[in-house]
Amino acid sequence: MDWMNQAAISAQKSDAVFFYVFGLSVAFLIFITVLMIYFVVRYNKKRHPKAEQIEGHVGLEIVWTTVPLVLFLSIFYYGWTNYEYMRQAPRDAMAIKVTARQWSWSFEYPNGKQSKVLFAPIGKPMKVEVRSADVVHGFFVPSFRLKIDAVPARANTTWFQATKLGSYDIQCTVICGVDHSLMLSKVIVVPEDEFKAWYFGGEDAPEPGKALRAAEAHPDLKDLPPGLAVLTAKGCLACHSVDGKPKVGPTLKALYGREQQILIAGDYKTITVDDAYLRRSITNPMDQVVRGYPPAMPQTALSEQELNEVVRYIKGL
Amino acid sequence: MSTHASTAQPSYLVDTGARKGLMAWLTTTDHKRIGLLYLYSMITFFFVGVGIGFVMRLVQLTSFQKLITAQTYNALFTVHGVIMIFLFVVPGLPAIFGNFFLPILIGAKDVSFPRLNLASWYFFIAGAILAVLSLFTGGGAPDTGWTFYAPFSLKTGTNVSLAVFAAFVLGFSSMLTGINFITTIHRLRAPGMKWFRMPLFCWALYSTAWIQLLATPIVAITLVLVILERFFGIGIFDPAKGGDPLLYQHLFWIYSHPAVYIMILPAMGAITEILPTFTKRPIFGYKAIAFSSMSIAAVGSLVWAHHMFTSGMSATANMVFSLLTMVVAVPSAIKVFNWVSTLYKGSIDFQPPLLFTLTFIFLFCIGGLTGVMQGALALNIHIHDTYFIVGHFHYVMFGGTGMALFAALLYWFPKMWGKMYSKKAIYASWFPMFIGFNMLYFGMMILGMMGMPRRYYVHLPQFHTMHVVATVGSWLLILGLIMFFGTLLYAIFKGEKAGDNPWGGVTLEWTIPSPPPLENFEEIPTVTHGPYHFEQQEAK
Repeated sequence: MDWMNQAAISAQKSDAVFFYVFGLSVAFLIFITVLMIYFVVRYNKKRHPKAEQIEGHVGLEIVWTTVPLVLFLSIFYYGWTNYEYMRQAPRDAMAIKVTARQWSWSFEYPNGKQSKVLFAPIGKPMKVEVRSADVVHGFFVPSFRLKIDAVPARANTTWFQATKLGSYDIQCTVICGVDHSLMLSKVIVVPEDEFKAWYFGGEDAPEPGKALRAAEAHPDLKDLPPGLAVLTAKGCLACHSVDGKPKVGPTLKALYGREQQILIAGDYKTITVDDAYLRRSITNPMDQVVRGYPPAMPQTALSEQELNEVVRYIKGL
Repeated sequence: MSTHASTAQPSYLVDTGARKGLMAWLTTTDHKRIGLLYLYSMITFFFVGVGIGFVMRLVQLTSFQKLITAQTYNALFTVHGVIMIFLFVVPGLPAIFGNFFLPILIGAKDVSFPRLNLASWYFFIAGAILAVLSLFTGGGAPDTGWTFYAPFSLKTGTNVSLAVFAAFVLGFSSMLTGINFITTIHRLRAPGMKWFRMPLFCWALYSTAWIQLLATPIVAITLVLVILERFFGIGIFDPAKGGDPLLYQHLFWIYSHPAVYIMILPAMGAITEILPTFTKRPIFGYKAIAFSSMSIAAVGSLVWAHHMFTSGMSATANMVFSLLTMVVAVPSAIKVFNWVSTLYKGSIDFQPPLLFTLTFIFLFCIGGLTGVMQGALALNIHIHDTYFIVGHFHYVMFGGTGMALFAALLYWFPKMWGKMYSKKAIYASWFPMFIGFNMLYFGMMILGMMGMPRRYYVHLPQFHTMHVVATVGSWLLILGLIMFFGTLLYAIFKGEKAGDNPWGGVTLEWTIPSPPPLENFEEIPTVTHGPYHFEQQEAK
């Protein structure tokens, strides 16, 4: 069945509950609506000039307390048991570390391999441990009906087993700042041998699912200059272009040496961009926000070497 | 009682004190005038909220993204939520119709603390002004969503502190109104007005007032903690300083879930009040409805964490909160059955307030049932934080509370102003409103099932068609709203005289002149029977 792009066992579990509740709900809604319309027509004052003064009926009250209670409890039970399945990963599941940061996702596999999209072999249980580097995010794969929040200083886990080859959206579901709606990635479900070839294939093995990913430009980080690789990996390019295009934040092109007004402690000051300014802007973005741009840049932890590479790269733009 | 037309007391709309005009209104302690002050200010805020909603829908057409940046959009949905929730649906029916009709319905001259009542309105206005200021000062309008989740709300450079302080001040307005109503109901019932002779709107207000009083302080303290954390980094919620972001979510929802019952219970009460008048028979199951209001207030305080099923709470907590969520749905179902049964063997006089009452029941059923869907754990995991929630919430809050507020306004309008509106124009406004409403919010629920997350500035291409449907729906809805309020506004100035009891109601407000005199009753009535007692009238 291909209801709403269903592509994992968790989706089947969730949809089964949906159809059960939806069926009951439609029946209830039709019953109530038809009854209302029938009564309004049947007991209109023209047809029924004298109202009967009925105060109530204890038997009926008991019936419509217990019947909904039983139905609601059945919904609870069905929802709970299917959720239990969705929650507990099998022992042999491969554990993937998911890191959410403003505004990008990264994935790390048990052997240390990393990627910007999540590769998953079809039919194999995959456990995801979701962490956040800054604020609360939500890891959501609609086609898997899978969602778990990324909460800082906490690892939340869930799991999935994909049932269909393909490329499925990952979206962030908790408002996390200006580019919340661009905090996207993909789960790429590939045949197991293709996944293994990449996973066990050493550093130079090509990423799997080439055909599925053709449409999306996810460059291999190792082909980039080191500074640009850091900017890409940390999600900086979501807001800052390197080619002069305006985005949420100022472009990095020809930034070094530029004069600009920044907000320091409530006052605008004109400064010239130099090494010290760049370093401080990256490590403590809220200290000096450029005039005309939102105070939205997250703090991103960079090592000293990464910081050097980024500054060197920006100087050369 | 037929002599009251020649009453010596002037209407409450006539200035009788030392002050005249605007000053007389701004210093009034009359519960009816305060009700109108709330009405006028809240409808103003409502239309500001509607305007923001309109712009947000335009952004989703993707043609206006040059004018509205992502940062502005995030501010828009935050402000839309803050205005609609804290300035419209939370004060909602209690502030307008509770103030205006609670004393009249129980046979009192005013609330227990009239000056405190005026003070509540000033707290409300002060909160509103602070909320507006927060948009234009500091780092600009808050961009966290109305939930202010930590640690994002602690880290963002926008003016969260002032917005949160505004909500804090508004909380005082809510608490003081709650205290006032509880005291009024306990102390000022007319002779013979026993608890089970009170109109059911009063029961709804009573249960609501207790939630306002008990739950609001929690969110007030939570919001103060957010401010302290932003200024002094006390580390309650920020994990970088040893705090816990989930603690914030718990504290926020411990108030904000009961708050949705603050929003819906009075609406249910108003619906319960309207039905007997137009069916000319007592409400079906008076005590069942009264007790269901109280049990919603009680059980509703224990379900907050069903907003957090994906947050990483323990499975046991998830199970317990899912179970309690199912239990709290029962009293709402009981009410629906009793309402529909009240139509049975009545003598139905179909008038605009009844149309909006039945619309309420229909839309509230959809809102309630989609709420049950979210209570089911396996399904919640998928639809949590998507457009499904946004659609569901608007079915309950707009289709529920909003429609009930409109129904109450239509029902009590002739009493409040002594004028009657054009019924045809109201029926005409219903069609675009109803069709637009369902296109907009049912469209949102379909989007949510498809996987469209909430609070997204841009959406993926597969969602676009439904976004267009929803946006067109929003235009129809707004057209209906303008027709509706235009009709009422016209009627305030140019409407025909309504008479004291145009609907043939039997509760106490229909025994006094329209508009009511300053002190409501020339003589405090003595009550000898339940509120929906139609035999007497038929005997005439």
